[in-house]
Amino acid sequence: MDDHSQRAPADIDAVTGRTTTGHEWDGIRELNTPLPKWWLWTFYACIAFAAVWVVLYPALPMTGATGLLGHTARGDAERDRREQAAAIEPMLARLRAATPAQILADPDLRGFAMAGGRMAFANACAGCHGAGGQGAPGFPSLADDEWLWGGDLAAIEETIRHGIRAPDDDATRNSLMPRFVADGMLTVAQAADAAEYVLALGGRSTDGASAIRGAAVFAENCASCHGERGQGSREMGAPRLDDRVWLYGGDKAGILRTISLGRNGVMPAWESRLDAATIRMLVIYLHSLGGTEQ
Amino acid sequence: MFGIRFNHGRIERNLILLGVLTLITISIGGLVQVIPLFTIESTIERVGGIRPYTPLELAGRDIYVREGCYTCHSQMVRPFRDERERYGHYSLAAESMFDRPFQWGSKRTGPDLARVGGRYSDEWHVLHLRHPRELVPETVMPDYAFLDRPLNYADIRERLAAQRSLGVPYTEEMVANARADLEAQARPAEDGAAFAARYARARQMDPDGNPRAITEMDAIVAYLQMLGTLVDFSEVTPERLRQQ
Repeated sequence: MDDHSQRAPADIDAVTGRTTTGHEWDGIRELNTPLPKWWLWTFYACIAFAAVWVVLYPALPMTGATGLLGHTARGDAERDRREQAAAIEPMLARLRAATPAQILADPDLRGFAMAGGRMAFANACAGCHGAGGQGAPGFPSLADDEWLWGGDLAAIEETIRHGIRAPDDDATRNSLMPRFVADGMLTVAQAADAAEYVLALGGRSTDGASAIRGAAVFAENCASCHGERGQGSREMGAPRLDDRVWLYGGDKAGILRTISLGRNGVMPAWESRLDAATIRMLVIYLHSLGGTEQ
Repeated sequence: MFGIRFNHGRIERNLILLGVLTLITISIGGLVQVIPLFTIESTIERVGGIRPYTPLELAGRDIYVREGCYTCHSQMVRPFRDERERYGHYSLAAESMFDRPFQWGSKRTGPDLARVGGRYSDEWHVLHLRHPRELVPETVMPDYAFLDRPLNYADIRERLAAQRSLGVPYTEEMVANARADLEAQARPAEDGAAFAARYARARQMDPDGNPRAITEMDAIVAYLQMLGTLVDFSEVTPERLRQQ
């Protein structure tokens, strides 16, 4: 049996002057072009490196899965977190110890809280309230001085910590806008009159007779929360109705829908998701964004 | 170099030798994938709170899979500091132990959803799924307004049974009451005591505000709102998170 690979590569290719492998197909012989030595030794070095790596780092699940160095990705993450926490802890400790008013009075603390609050807002709040706090239909603007539940430091902190109608927080802010038509408390005609009266509160009514009929409906059904003149109530989170700021649309169709089917917006409670210092920074940031109410 | 000159010619001419050596080479690749599965028991952390999905959540999960949400959203908070800052505690193996199949994903066009539960209101999810750009102007997420259609849950009992056959610990009682539990969760006005007894920390909800119909929207929001909420991390010690 003719064994090509065993044959000494004595053949020299006439054209290139190089040796051949001895493999021959129909008179054509393959040039012997071995891998470059530098490449080959790099390859061997990689294998040696891998052998060491497998022992030091987690690669063999049967041997404890952490390797000789005891490395884990979770351990790394935890160490990273501790290092970062240690770096900013002095500022966070001052934040936690200070009252919001003291934070506002201290330029260092205030600057730190504004920067941290802006980051926390972008992550936790912007999805609903908009990147600049401008709000969206159904999600209040935080960039104006109109507040449903109060816009001073304490009220903002209370809202962030416990949310509004948050299903998983017993101390959450709670109130109920009934479904007046859907639950049979008002007829559609009565609701339409009430909507016309609400328009009149803002000086926008176009149907005086309907608005006058609506005044009685309003006094009986709406005034207990929204006030006799629609001035609103922060205790119940009942919006003002005599201005031009509307959460769910201020045209007659929107108002009629609200009266008919109710509106009960929900804001999550953040106390269990954000630490105390982050909430404090958010309060400072939002207070500056929304009118700095005292 | 090693005394015996390596001779591939001999391997190539001996069919049985070639077959055996090929088998050995391929099985190394296979073993690398299979062996870690033998340690699965020690991979899953010993944390409390994990339960199988409620029937409504399971139906929502099926919609999540059907719509391919995993192609843009991962469900895996990795153990890095920046991920912790944005999403919260890193994901645990225990949190997807009842996922058949898991939805970890590998691509984030949108944000990770492993801890999205409770971050937004039910209403936000409904409005956002219908028309994402009304709430987040810069998003490229498609509209899912068509989910406002009745949920087909005629086979919900079989779906639970199928999960059970795969090892998800649904009890016979849970399977038998699958339909009733689904309807109880989607109708907050009804008494949900029996449902709540079977599924801890599950909330009755009607996200789309339409009490006349149980829609696909209700189901997927129920699923999204429970993601990442089962483990109470304030009660989890490092000891319990240790794998092995």
